[in-house]
Amino acid sequence: MHIDFTDWSMGLIGGLFIGAASALFLLGLGRVAGISGITGDLLMGNKNGRFLENLAFVAGIVLCPLIYAQVVAAPVIQITESLPYLIVGGLLVGFGTRLGNGCTSGHGVCGLSRLSVRSFIATGTFMVVAALVVAFLKTRLG
Amino acid sequence: MRIVIALISGLLFGLGLVVSNMINPDRVLAFLDVAGGSWDPTLAFVMGGALIPMALAWIWSRRQAYPFAGSAFPEPPRFGPDLRLVAGAAMFGAGWGLVGFCPGPALSALTLGGTPVLIFVAAMIAGMVLHLLLMLMTHRR
Repeated sequence: MHIDFTDWSMGLIGGLFIGAASALFLLGLGRVAGISGITGDLLMGNKNGRFLENLAFVAGIVLCPLIYAQVVAAPVIQITESLPYLIVGGLLVGFGTRLGNGCTSGHGVCGLSRLSVRSFIATGTFMVVAALVVAFLKTRLG
Repeated sequence: MRIVIALISGLLFGLGLVVSNMINPDRVLAFLDVAGGSWDPTLAFVMGGALIPMALAWIWSRRQAYPFAGSAFPEPPRFGPDLRLVAGAAMFGAGWGLVGFCPGPALSALTLGGTPVLIFVAAMIAGMVLHLLLMLMTHRR
């Protein structure tokens, strides 16, 4: 096990930004900043009257790294998975987060901080399953 | 006003993902690889860091009648844990472990991550649409 000071301190700072963003979304709009929920809501169009604010939030997440890359430095993004993994993984993440009403942001950040029992169960489940899948793939593929 | 708040919140969220390097699925997989020998604890610090302002926000929200630009705060969940919750979370976890992307980081990597990210996000949205169609079909009966 290695602990790199710069790694975890940047993680903590980044986490504070994510928490501040979620806090702003709650205190400003009265909504839970769950990415899967907002993206799913966006797909419903404007029947709920939230289309533009959903779009603005998602646009912020999509465009911020591009701006960061121009102003500061391009972040490293390593993806080694092959096409079937990307497709199956994407389908599972999309379907699963909608079925379970949340992802790392909705259940993990917003739900846990609210002490929601549903979110504790969801977060525990997806963390354990994800770790098991990683361990399984490693033993199978070496 | 609501649109401006949503945009600022999205930008701040994206900044957090870049700064913490959670935009990189390799870092997330290194966290999930608990038994891997070179475990990377960063994601735990990201979660911990995010929980602090959000816990304060929930406490503050209880003292406020309304959000700054809204009519009400979200209600607590109407029902307890059920099979749907656990099944959905398990499916999500499986997909997360396969690639290392959850929805936020996947969206944030769209402009810089190239074709693999485009494919993943397209599949993710397809999964969401599939769920929506399934819900519409079962509700009609």
